[in-house]
Amino acid sequence: MTGVQYPGAAGQFNTEPRTSGVDEKLKNELSKQGIFTTTLQELYNWGRTNSIWPLNFGLACCAIEMIATTMARYDMARFGAEVFRPSPRQADLMIVAGTVTKKMAPLVVRLYNQMPEPKYVISMGACAISGGPFKQGYNVLKGIDRYIPVDLYIPGCPPRPEALIDAFMELQKRIDEQPLTGANRPRHLNVGEPSEFPVPRFGAHDLEPAKNPNLWKPPLVQISQAGTDEPRND
Amino acid sequence: MNLETIKSEIEANVPGCRLEIVANPSPSGQHSLRTGAEHAVAVAVYLRDAEDLRFDFCSNVTGIDWPSRELSEKVKVRKLVDGVEQEGEEVRKTTLSGTLEVVYHLFSIEKKHGPITLRMRTIDRDAGVHLPSLTPVWRSAELQEREIFDLFGVVFDGHPDLRRLLMWPGFTDHPMRRDYVDPDDYEYEPTAHDEVLRRAQQHRSEADGEHPGKAGER
Repeated sequence: MTGVQYPGAAGQFNTEPRTSGVDEKLKNELSKQGIFTTTLQELYNWGRTNSIWPLNFGLACCAIEMIATTMARYDMARFGAEVFRPSPRQADLMIVAGTVTKKMAPLVVRLYNQMPEPKYVISMGACAISGGPFKQGYNVLKGIDRYIPVDLYIPGCPPRPEALIDAFMELQKRIDEQPLTGANRPRHLNVGEPSEFPVPRFGAHDLEPAKNPNLWKPPLVQISQAGTDEPRND
Repeated sequence: MNLETIKSEIEANVPGCRLEIVANPSPSGQHSLRTGAEHAVAVAVYLRDAEDLRFDFCSNVTGIDWPSRELSEKVKVRKLVDGVEQEGEEVRKTTLSGTLEVVYHLFSIEKKHGPITLRMRTIDRDAGVHLPSLTPVWRSAELQEREIFDLFGVVFDGHPDLRRLLMWPGFTDHPMRRDYVDPDDYEYEPTAHDEVLRRAQQHRSEADGEHPGKAGER
């Protein structure tokens, strides 16, 4: 099972092969002579890759799997994520684990806004991705990516701890490969990119606005295919 | 436990109270008692405190929405046609006004009997949605009455803390009512059909209207 990038995603990664400033062969040769060479980019990414502190925050049954992932059997501490921070000010990663109700959605967005850059979001489980089995419910948000940019989606209901670890390792890989300069540099090194997103308000009938149009475009259904299905007569 | 005897017992002991037995035609035959709003608290207190009844536990409170509906029934009438009396049929239409109903399920832990089902109805679905709260009688009804207030819009007079439970305070709708229109906030359905297909087509045409150049690409 892999952390899959969802079609409508507004995540911050562009998977482009890493270009290091140092010639790999020369680097190998130097290391054989006891000289360690590196670049600022490698050092910086090495640091932030291995100390991703998740926000201590769960919404429903997916949170139980998230807790299991941190415990001794699966032990997320192996990847530098052992300290779940109870304050968004100290957290790097928000794992949206569980059903986001419309009553909770503004608080999730506010928590995200309070996290310092660089920050990442994993949307864990069917509910956080799309509303899941509660998609047609009156009180359920149809995916947290309507309000905040999601970097990785984990399918499952709930996903196994292995799936969360896989997504976490995928996130580490992507952070490690991210160039610090150029068009694909991280969002926090790009002044033009927003780090906070509008918090929806409670309206009379729904959240206002119902989505962030800059962030999320609805994946539209292919009507030509959907409409041609003949009704079954059994 | 015979519902008839309970009914006559309550009617004898609560002055002015008239109850109605709502028959359940299913094999389970769980008939229920319907009480008027004005005597509901007295009936509830009697059910809880009477020596032989002791319904001390309210396990469940729920609501039912009855929108106004038209009943048409065929009635045989005698008519004078060309001076001759003939028997004919006539369709008579009656409109039942809408109402909200609240249902309480009661058990007796002390006497180990139950359940008994207690119902009451509001006057209508707009302004007359007031019913007496039975939370002072059974404390376990508190959150469930709040939920009914939230989702059906029944106002419980005498409830100690009547606030919305699942939705936020500024929300004006009642999602469990049958005429609730939910916001159009999901666009994608892999196997769209019926209502969902109609919505999907609408979203598609709106999106094509916004980006007419891209319509061919999809």
